[in-house]
Amino acid sequence: MIIDYEILKLIWWLFVGVLLIGFAITDGMDMGVGNLLPFVGRTDDERRLMINTVGPHWDGNQVWLITAGGAIFAAWPAVYAAAFSGFYVAMLLVLFALFFRPVGFDYRSKLGDARWRNAWDWGLFVGGAVPSLVFGVAFGNLLLGVPFHLDELLRAYYTGSFFELLTPFPLLAGVVSFSLLTMHGGIWIQMRTSGVVSERVKSWILWTGVAAMGAFAIDGIWLAMGIDGLSIISQPALDALPNPLAKTVEVMPGAWLANYATYPLTMAFPVLGFAGVIMTILLSRADRPGWGFFTSSLAITGVIMTAGISLFPFIMPSSTDLGSSLTIWDAPSSHLTLSVMFWAVVIFLPIVISYTIWNYRKMWGRLSIEEMQERTSAY
Amino acid sequence: MLDPSMIELSRWQFAATALYHFIFVPLTLGMTWILVIMESVYVMTGKEIYRDMTKFWGKLFGINFALGVTTGLTMEFQFGTNWSYYSHYVGDVFGAPLAIEGLMAFFLESTFIGMFFLGWERLSKRQHLLVTFLTALGTNLSALWILVANGWMQNPVGSEFSYETMRMEMTSFVDLVLNPVAQVKFIHTAAAGYVTGSMFVLGIASYYLLKGRDVAFAKRSISVAAGFGLASILSVIVLGDEAGYELGDVQKTKLAAIEAEWETQTPPAGFNLIAFPDQEAEETTTAIKIPYALGLIATRSTTKEVMGLKEIMHENEGRIRSGMVAYQYLQRLRNGHDTEANRAMFEEHKADLGYGLLLKAYTEDVANATDEQVALAVKNSIPKVAPLFWSFRIMVAAGFTMLFILLATFYYNARRVIEQKRWLLRLALFSIPLPWIACETGWFVAEFGRQPWAIGEVLPTFLATSSLTPGDLIFSLVGFIGFYTFLLVIEMWLMFHFARKGPSSLGTGRYHLEQNASATA
Repeated sequence: MIIDYEILKLIWWLFVGVLLIGFAITDGMDMGVGNLLPFVGRTDDERRLMINTVGPHWDGNQVWLITAGGAIFAAWPAVYAAAFSGFYVAMLLVLFALFFRPVGFDYRSKLGDARWRNAWDWGLFVGGAVPSLVFGVAFGNLLLGVPFHLDELLRAYYTGSFFELLTPFPLLAGVVSFSLLTMHGGIWIQMRTSGVVSERVKSWILWTGVAAMGAFAIDGIWLAMGIDGLSIISQPALDALPNPLAKTVEVMPGAWLANYATYPLTMAFPVLGFAGVIMTILLSRADRPGWGFFTSSLAITGVIMTAGISLFPFIMPSSTDLGSSLTIWDAPSSHLTLSVMFWAVVIFLPIVISYTIWNYRKMWGRLSIEEMQERTSAY
Repeated sequence: MLDPSMIELSRWQFAATALYHFIFVPLTLGMTWILVIMESVYVMTGKEIYRDMTKFWGKLFGINFALGVTTGLTMEFQFGTNWSYYSHYVGDVFGAPLAIEGLMAFFLESTFIGMFFLGWERLSKRQHLLVTFLTALGTNLSALWILVANGWMQNPVGSEFSYETMRMEMTSFVDLVLNPVAQVKFIHTAAAGYVTGSMFVLGIASYYLLKGRDVAFAKRSISVAAGFGLASILSVIVLGDEAGYELGDVQKTKLAAIEAEWETQTPPAGFNLIAFPDQEAEETTTAIKIPYALGLIATRSTTKEVMGLKEIMHENEGRIRSGMVAYQYLQRLRNGHDTEANRAMFEEHKADLGYGLLLKAYTEDVANATDEQVALAVKNSIPKVAPLFWSFRIMVAAGFTMLFILLATFYYNARRVIEQKRWLLRLALFSIPLPWIACETGWFVAEFGRQPWAIGEVLPTFLATSSLTPGDLIFSLVGFIGFYTFLLVIEMWLMFHFARKGPSSLGTGRYHLEQNASATA
């Protein structure tokens, strides 16, 4: 079956969104656990308990990130090329931080030495904290526009520096992602452990939730009042062969909120962001962490979609050469590649989700320190 | 113009991170199947020793796997960070197998690996075996898709350049997947991984026999490794990738460079066993030559020619000149002169556009390159011969040494006298590095032999990089080398630590060190 090019371009925006949300919900949880590890876990047993709640899952969860990267490569090669090389130093910092996780999880409990274990615990913290912060900072910078342009052969040049990315608005967006994922990891810990750890994590859920909402609200107001968006003045037909240099774009105050005015239903996403966090805090207090994990996942979905809808149809706006901005209409792959990849996702993603669910079901249950010590196979 | 030292550093970084990644990959490829074999025997016979074997070798496998994941992350992101123009230019084709690898293979492998390590108490015997099998399947499917991507770099089928989008675009997904170069590469690479796993188990188990420890455990491990290893090394050698060397110009050039053949010989060509290639003089001083062998290996016939490098360069000159025309008309088309006549001229020379781009290293004005610039491009249209010539021979020598070891082990093991052949056990132990030497030199031949191309005949390597500064590259290169070395030291330390302890590290109380400890206590 052949789907229209224009429709496929739109579907691929949704698919990338689904992969990023899938990453944030699954691997974001592991990162949140890493963020809390040195603080909530005070003894070695407590830390092992926390690690073992994500032990059988973190590796599979990380594939959401890898697949999102691969899917952006295949579906939006222009974005993969411009964003990954433009954010060079930031990308490498994320990569270096992620290096700590496979070895941290796997090597930490192989030896009994206290200093060895403590060092890896901080490694796991870095492996959670740096990516969960940087992803928010990156989204914040997309909304501000990135200093890059394309030449006539479509080679991307980034003209900013790493430190230019660290301005207040994106840093606050980093606070949103960092605290949201920490809360998400917290509610997971509350759900999957018993005893003192499960109790202690509650206040962390409360305060990270409050921080996430606060930063999200401030950034939202800032976006409405003080940040100019971009608007497409003219562009080729939506099903035309992708050519990022064929459109004209203008700076327009309030453009990042235009979609909410045109499609009021989309306002459900920012609302979901706030409501999800509030519900998570309440459900955590009421000792219903299972539902809390669900609402926390909704909050993540709401926040990511809020950023996506604000930018739509832009993916990567340029601040220095407006015409070089990449949109979902002029950054994608060819019709054939989008079709092939569409079917790959439609066939394989449900299979992935089914065996992932089987994996979680088999490893389910509240873990206690006593049970963990009895196991012969545990991290 | 991009900074030449940035380009050079980008290449070093890719080579370093890719070769580093491939320290861990082949062991993973092979060990997963070895674990499947061991655990299947456990499930069928119910003998505990086979479960212990699965767990112990699984432990060593896990230490290796963690770094495979770590270094693999780099590979997924590095095309975008460091090879940005490559990503734009070929992402439409190259990105698809990479993304499908994630969806189809990586998820499978990574979801089940956690259950392999931590699911022993939660799963039934059969379920756990299924988990081990699915991990192995995922690992191998992952290799398949990566080699589809890599095969396309060597022999870019199923795709076409589009001047409207200024990039390569997919024309047939089926052709991309069924690329014959990808197929032979997959078999060769996967089987090389199986050999690596076998040599690893064989070497460490030999150490236990030499020490007279855990004999039953070691002998059973050797049986699995010798059988699996022998079958695998025969596949590697018989189904070596020479079969793919007839396909595409890059492969042809690589073959001639491996053999240091400057002139086309009358078939069947002889094989230079030992020789000294001289790139400047374009000739090779031969020390030992085996008649007919090259023709037979490379063309599987006695009548087909193996083309020499000088003839290839001569052909390349024609293609570079045709590429200048292609570039000229591409510029016209991109500048809005989209006429019937311009398109027809471009179409006629389009296949040589990549060759025209080779001139970009010497001039911005490709369409009007001088004869000297063309001559330079021609000279650099083939890779450096000597490193390829020697790497290939190191790989082959390592391969045949392993064939001998695996044959001998298989034979003495079948006759149940392996314990007495201490020379063989010692040889097996000290040969543990051999499969890695073969794998790394093999990849070097495959990728250095592809030069000057990133994508054969399509995109030169020097154009494929990102627009970064040397400072960016120094930061990342130092970071990678420092971090990787740090991790490798820890990994090797753990590997030696647990290999020395052997199955006693499982804490079952059934093995040598534990029993001796309790006896002396």
